[in-house]
Amino acid sequence: MALEHHDYDVLVLGSGGSGLRAAIAAAEAGARTGLVCKSLLGKAHTVMAEGGLAASLGNVAPEDSWSTHFQDTMFGGKYLNNWRMAELHAKEAPDRARELEHWGAVFDRTPERVMSQRAFGGHTYKRLVHIGDRTGLEMIRTLQDKTVHSNVEVFMETTITRLLKDGDRVVGAFGYRRATGELISFSAKALVIATGGSGRIYRITSNSQDCTGDGYALGYEAGAELVDMEFVQFHPTGMVYPPGVAGLLVTEAVRGEGGILRNNLGERFMEKYDPKRMELSTRDVVARSIYTEVKEGRGTPHGGAFLDVSHLDSDYVRRKLPSMYDQFMELAGVDITKEPMQVGPTCHYFMGGVKVDPDNGQSRVPGLFATGEASGGMNGANRLGGNSLGDLLVFGRRAGEGAAQVANAIDSVSLPDEEVAAAQAEIDGFLNGSGTEDPFKMHRELQTIMGDGVGIFRDRAGISEAISKLESLEARVGNLKAPSNRPDYNPGWQLCREVKNMLTVSLMIARGALMREESRGAHSRLDHTGYSDYWGEHNIVVHRDGDHDMTLTPTPVVKRDELEDLVEARKEAEKAS
Amino acid sequence: MSQMPMAVGTRRLQIWRGDLTGGGLVDYDLETEPGMVVLDAVLEIQRSQAPDLAVRWNCKAAKCGSCSAEINGKPRLMCKTRLDHLPPHEPITVEPMKAFPVIRDLVTDVSWNYRVNEQITPFTPRENLREGIELRNGDFLIDQAETDRMSEFRKCIECFMCQDVCHILRDHRMHNRYYGPRFMVRMASLDMHPLDGIDRLDQIADEGGLGLCNITKCCTEVCPENIHITDNAIIPMKERVVDQRHDPLLKLFKRNRTNEGRVKPPPRSETPEL
Repeated sequence: MALEHHDYDVLVLGSGGSGLRAAIAAAEAGARTGLVCKSLLGKAHTVMAEGGLAASLGNVAPEDSWSTHFQDTMFGGKYLNNWRMAELHAKEAPDRARELEHWGAVFDRTPERVMSQRAFGGHTYKRLVHIGDRTGLEMIRTLQDKTVHSNVEVFMETTITRLLKDGDRVVGAFGYRRATGELISFSAKALVIATGGSGRIYRITSNSQDCTGDGYALGYEAGAELVDMEFVQFHPTGMVYPPGVAGLLVTEAVRGEGGILRNNLGERFMEKYDPKRMELSTRDVVARSIYTEVKEGRGTPHGGAFLDVSHLDSDYVRRKLPSMYDQFMELAGVDITKEPMQVGPTCHYFMGGVKVDPDNGQSRVPGLFATGEASGGMNGANRLGGNSLGDLLVFGRRAGEGAAQVANAIDSVSLPDEEVAAAQAEIDGFLNGSGTEDPFKMHRELQTIMGDGVGIFRDRAGISEAISKLESLEARVGNLKAPSNRPDYNPGWQLCREVKNMLTVSLMIARGALMREESRGAHSRLDHTGYSDYWGEHNIVVHRDGDHDMTLTPTPVVKRDELEDLVEARKEAEKAS
Repeated sequence: MSQMPMAVGTRRLQIWRGDLTGGGLVDYDLETEPGMVVLDAVLEIQRSQAPDLAVRWNCKAAKCGSCSAEINGKPRLMCKTRLDHLPPHEPITVEPMKAFPVIRDLVTDVSWNYRVNEQITPFTPRENLREGIELRNGDFLIDQAETDRMSEFRKCIECFMCQDVCHILRDHRMHNRYYGPRFMVRMASLDMHPLDGIDRLDQIADEGGLGLCNITKCCTEVCPENIHITDNAIIPMKERVVDQRHDPLLKLFKRNRTNEGRVKPPPRSETPEL
């Protein structure tokens, strides 16, 4: 069968915010740039980001600065963050926000007519640049239009199933066009993974169906290290009813604008868990608080907490939270200006990801870069709301430039035939092989295992059981086969490789969660409830040893001398309060 | 607290199955859950009865605009249409959008829209922006009122249902002469940006084909974001084109208040064929 082939200097996988920003940067640096995405352009998960982009512009709070943003990020991440990444992010986010505005993005204003900024959990000052509750859509549309006018060639609805290597170096990627099933290969001097997270490993998730951890698995298989995979953020407020929308995100902006959480006794329960920050505590704390209230019998009729904005002016609510108003009105029949929402935790974000050089996004594999949610380190044990939209701009740009720089120093690359043949054999097996495992069913099994054993609260017995079940799935994954063998727009075929990716990701999470015997940030162990001094100084790094063995190694946190004073000052201030 | 009762029970869906060579409605029955939306039903059918059923979807939160289809003959987002809001004792028909070529089942080829978008010159700041008036230390100064006006158009999630229902595209197949409501909205959001430096009226009127719109407002009716496409985007642009091209006084002075400081865009190729 003829194979469609393309050659680029830089190939970007993923068309969310980080992928688009990387592609723009690579093209501007003179690289011939291609961008591959599983869906249509502009549909990536970034489109669902609601609250805003954290940047210490100081438009509303002039006393804000990069150093406070850095300290907030470190505190939120429970000091496991890569210090350099947190520093670069805090320093560069303001310029990236301004740049977006110069590319045509439109954000809400202050009375002085500059970009307005709103309060958000864990941020000392009003810091989030926003437009209503659809900031992600504004960003993705702006970046999308910039991309298509930046000489970037876009391959929509194209799935990458394998990275191709020549010796130690990543030299391309292999996949197929979803509409036709036609196979496609790319050679590239440098490749940027910008594939986002893996929320679909849980049944209750705010993530769109594309979030299947492809980049984590592809990077891992290509020899990259991953870091902090045990830290999965459960957003405190997802819808809990009706069942079809369970997990659907209720933006933190609801609390940022003054929303109050109550249990079924009418108690404002955050007073018990974080009296200082209340509803705007960090996400890990609020999520655990809601979970605990429900578990102890103080939940709502549908098993959540009440989130109320009905005390606010109803016009204000409809102007500041228009999509929340519509979402509840349409899907739950609830008028949020008059009655409370019911909300509960939902899998939202992966702090972990491919371990990269903070300055240029390069992994330990030559030619392989990663950025955005697909990369790890910036957010430590818990991400602050608003830091992902800044992260994807700051590090998207850096990875795109880094990839272009590496590409510009190389003459050419070629794809080894045996690599292409192996990639082709794998996906052909999913379509035409003799396998008997149904990917839809295996996906459900995987979600049940992860939800039961490696959810918001964890313990040794539960995680161990999950791992053994995941290992038995691993033994069956080679036997996956699409229920239909048509190549054109075949959802089962697509899901086969995605399930394989999600299984790899799940194993990393579960094994990391078992190893980390403490509770920190988004990782809560019922059998190790406190902080451990040792684990407070170590990240868990995962890589593949040889062909199969997943190896986890505790690795000292990457610090930076010149930031020591800022970090110590914040730790002291927290102790004092 | 009040909560609407949510009907459950068995429902029949009639889903269009086929490709460019032809196809037809196929019946599927399923047990419904409270609050189920059409996309839930279609995915459950895909999971349990028809694993090769092609459907395009992403966020399932009415934010990405991927799952547009014609439900009981009307363009709607599958993820935002509750089964219990549709007539209870009749089958529910689900068909692909008709203004675009079908790929398979419910999935259509909407790539024409992306080719049109490439024709539109992106936002380009005016060259004569003044510090203290339009800029503060290089940052844009914009009123909230102006932001609100643009924001209505920028809510668009590109579901392309306005394109689907537009007579010029759907019935007259004039894709090579009219950009369609989606891109009238896009042009309006750029044209209304107070700091945009491009004079877009010629493109709106000529390649864009603004004059072909006969303001039946079908696009407005189907917009899931409730954008007043006709009233707030298309009609004001029609008025501006008339003013600029036919008002003798403006012609005499060869200027137009809103176009001050704006430059003609670079040349564009013709409106893409479907």
